[in-house]
Amino acid sequence: MSLVFAGVCTHGPGTTARADRADPGAREAFYAALSAMREALHASRPDALIIVAAEHFANFFMNNMPSFALGMSDSYDGPIEDPSWLRIPPRLVRGDAALSQAIIAEVQQTVDVAYCEEWRFDHGIMVPLHFLDPENVLTVIPANINCQGPPLAPLHRAWAFGEALRRAADARPERVALIGTGGISHWPATPDSGRINEAWDREFLARWTANDRAALTAYSDEEVYAEAGQGGFEIRTYVAAAAAARGKGRVLYAEPIPIFATTAVAAIMEVA
Amino acid sequence: MSLYQVSKLLYQLNRDEAVKAAFAKDPEAVVAQYPMTDEERGAVLGPDIGLLYVLGVNGQILMHYAALCGIEWSDYLQRMRDGVTRHGPVRAGIYAMTTRPDEKVAGA
Repeated sequence: MSLVFAGVCTHGPGTTARADRADPGAREAFYAALSAMREALHASRPDALIIVAAEHFANFFMNNMPSFALGMSDSYDGPIEDPSWLRIPPRLVRGDAALSQAIIAEVQQTVDVAYCEEWRFDHGIMVPLHFLDPENVLTVIPANINCQGPPLAPLHRAWAFGEALRRAADARPERVALIGTGGISHWPATPDSGRINEAWDREFLARWTANDRAALTAYSDEEVYAEAGQGGFEIRTYVAAAAAARGKGRVLYAEPIPIFATTAVAAIMEVA
Repeated sequence: MSLYQVSKLLYQLNRDEAVKAAFAKDPEAVVAQYPMTDEERGAVLGPDIGLLYVLGVNGQILMHYAALCGIEWSDYLQRMRDGVTRHGPVRAGIYAMTTRPDEKVAGA
């Protein structure tokens, strides 16, 4: 078939772990937007969901750090964090090793990826799944972009990765959905956690909803670090999702929720 | 300085139940397997979360070690601020503090 759904959302562990400390009105509005995103995702009847994540040293470390990785297993589990800390119960997630192999083979026509027959999901994938697939019915193919351990692949390579995923999805008979997950500006797990550059986030989302390739890939890492923090490196996942979708984006929710550490975002993008 | 080794130990403690169990039983023996300076060893064993932060441990690794040590979220953030007050600015990595030690950011 082809790519049938694309979107992005934030994945901060505070979304569940510190939910009780958020402003209830903001929290419920964000959760409602994630519910709307879930309904749109499931309405697209995906045979598989590719989650382009930016993991945080759950599987990948500086001993051997891939810029891009794809899962290639029939099952995954998570969360790797203490479930009582994250407040998300453990689950076994169904994968599809054969579909992964086909997608990896096509992606590698243009982008070299590490493939992984083992992958334990951290909050970067578990928080989105908790809201977007609460019944654990979807088949998931995890993808990762290194956004943690510099040197990082430049933004135009994140775009190329998204393009390659789209080409691979379009070459398959299955219906494939794709989401990117990450924060925009944030300073996570530092004393500055809760600092948010809302103006920068609005500008980034304007570039994202317009799917403006040149503007999305124009940021330097130095600029992102200064204006959007180390957490801002995760925009790579949004850039990849935009490259895969090709259409215009629609923001369902984007408001700062400091205890979640970011502007909480749920957005979908037209597949064009 | 061996930030990589300190980070590697904390990374493995976060993800490997066997390492976690061995560390709970005999932390010195586990730490001894990773070549690091006396200052780094002391920070891990303390645990001195503030010093580990100043040494440059990535927050995505450090926050889980703090949780493993039973340190609550707001206390974790305060210990990093206290570490900067006591030991000076973050020495390495990409997780430097951008606010003043006496400045509490929303969400902290």
